[in-house]
Amino acid sequence: MLKIAGREIKSRLFIGTGKFPSTKIMLEAIEASGAEIVTVALRRVDIDNPQDNLIEAIDRKKYLFLPNTSGARTADEAVRIARLAKGLTNWVKLEVTPDPNYLLPDPIETLKAAEILVKEGFVVLPYINADPVLALKLQDVGCSTVMPLGSPIGSHKGLRTADAIKIIIEQARVPVVVDAGLGAPSHAAQAMELGADAVLVNTAIAISPNPKLMAQAFCKAVEAGREGYLSGLASPSEKASASSPLTGFLK
Amino acid sequence: MTFLDILNKNPITFDDFKRLLSKEGADNIEALAQRSHQLTKKHFGKTIQLYAPIYLSNECNNQCVYCGFNSKVSEKRISLTVDQAYDEAKVLSKMGFKHILLVSGEKKETISVDYLKKLVSKLRGLFSSISIEIYPMTEEEYIELFAAGVDGLTIYQEVYDREIYKKVHPAGPKSDYDFRFDTPERGGTAGFYRINIGYLLGLGDWFSETLALAKHAEYLQKKFWQSQVSISFPRLKGSSVSDLQLTQMICALRIFLPKAGLVLSTREQAELRDNLIPLGITQMSAASRTSPGAYSIDAPSSSQFPVSDLRTLSEVAAAITAKGYEPVFKDWDSNFIML
Repeated sequence: MLKIAGREIKSRLFIGTGKFPSTKIMLEAIEASGAEIVTVALRRVDIDNPQDNLIEAIDRKKYLFLPNTSGARTADEAVRIARLAKGLTNWVKLEVTPDPNYLLPDPIETLKAAEILVKEGFVVLPYINADPVLALKLQDVGCSTVMPLGSPIGSHKGLRTADAIKIIIEQARVPVVVDAGLGAPSHAAQAMELGADAVLVNTAIAISPNPKLMAQAFCKAVEAGREGYLSGLASPSEKASASSPLTGFLK
Repeated sequence: MTFLDILNKNPITFDDFKRLLSKEGADNIEALAQRSHQLTKKHFGKTIQLYAPIYLSNECNNQCVYCGFNSKVSEKRISLTVDQAYDEAKVLSKMGFKHILLVSGEKKETISVDYLKKLVSKLRGLFSSISIEIYPMTEEEYIELFAAGVDGLTIYQEVYDREIYKKVHPAGPKSDYDFRFDTPERGGTAGFYRINIGYLLGLGDWFSETLALAKHAEYLQKKFWQSQVSISFPRLKGSSVSDLQLTQMICALRIFLPKAGLVLSTREQAELRDNLIPLGITQMSAASRTSPGAYSIDAPSSSQFPVSDLRTLSEVAAAITAKGYEPVFKDWDSNFIML
């Protein structure tokens, strides 16, 4: 079973809560996805208000409520925003995205913030570009996962960073969660087949005409991809059938 | 390239944008709307962020010929004290608003930087996001306001055409075109998270004004890449800009700038506003009153523009829900700015 910071996680599909047409549709989709980890932007909730719609909607006995720092442009901002959730949980999905358009993560500020938050006792799950060296440095400072992107958030482009993600997985000491850009269940399956420990999906489910069904599809795709990985995928290779063998002399 | 080919491109060029705004675009308005809807959904999801204005003062040193705050119009003028403005804010907060826009005429003596700082420090307890739409300020003043907790700046050029600008702004500090034009620039440098621009629909030529607006927004997006650039569509009452043109420019701007915020106020009728929800709009005001004190005190004084959509916040929210969209009240947090 997947384990993050000592906690066993039942589902390898994490789900985001943005962009849904209503809280009701969001809850149905979360339920159908089988996800245990649900991430919520702290900017969207009134963290001190237990009656806040979104906080109240997500049953924290059933789901692991993972607040994120979406909107932060700098390490300082991310740290300040993360601290807001301290009364509720010490888990945080760290996002430092100075460009509000493509929402690509700032590696330098992310590393700075991660270091501070880990020291303060947070379980830190940083969103990063698929940069293997950054992934290693984040593990060195004590992050509990790394979350490289497949392609920009909401782009539906799938696993454009597959080669770099493969290296991250190969070198990882913590779970690798592919986050962002997964636009179709097959993209999620592909990430899992590569050996990712989990994936995070939001837009593809939230803006689907049928979010519940799409959540189900992602759930199955993640399981299928994982099982494919575990069963040992044959890697596509050129057939070794040279017409004149190079080692014939050994006979 | 056929018109429909442009709709399948991302990004499109400025020349493509011109074609979207042309008669061809009007003839293909449905295809334009479909593409705009698709791009908006992808980047913003099915959500509409709600905000309300608080009018602080209708005193003004300018004489904009189209405006109810024109200093030549002799109507009752008031400026709210910090406490009165706070009373207004409490009403909006109680309704459920989390994002507010502070609006004022150009009366620097009364609505001073110090006044605004005092007010903002009180408002931070009630709201997650505080933007300003007041007279243009210097970069230093914006830096002070940003540090006090103002996160967004709205400033309309009103009209990009210099000749018309001169004609409709005959006197007062606003007659300085360039100082106004550089305002978003100073705000961006000061660090605001959101920069909102626009022109008054009906003052100049729709086509060339929209081209100028698109260029302006694109420039700001590139230069202030850490800020969210938004565009508003304030249409004057009785404007020559038709519903079709308004729709066409919303869709064309969305396709040209897929990630820009697009804002629609209560200047527009309820029915039109509802119909524009899926077409590209990302933010809407609701339950707006456009004269100072109008939420909490019963003092009829001159308003900046007549409100067309008179629905309450819950009625607007219900209309958004009925369209299959989520009304979003909070999408920011005052803690992003450290005091």
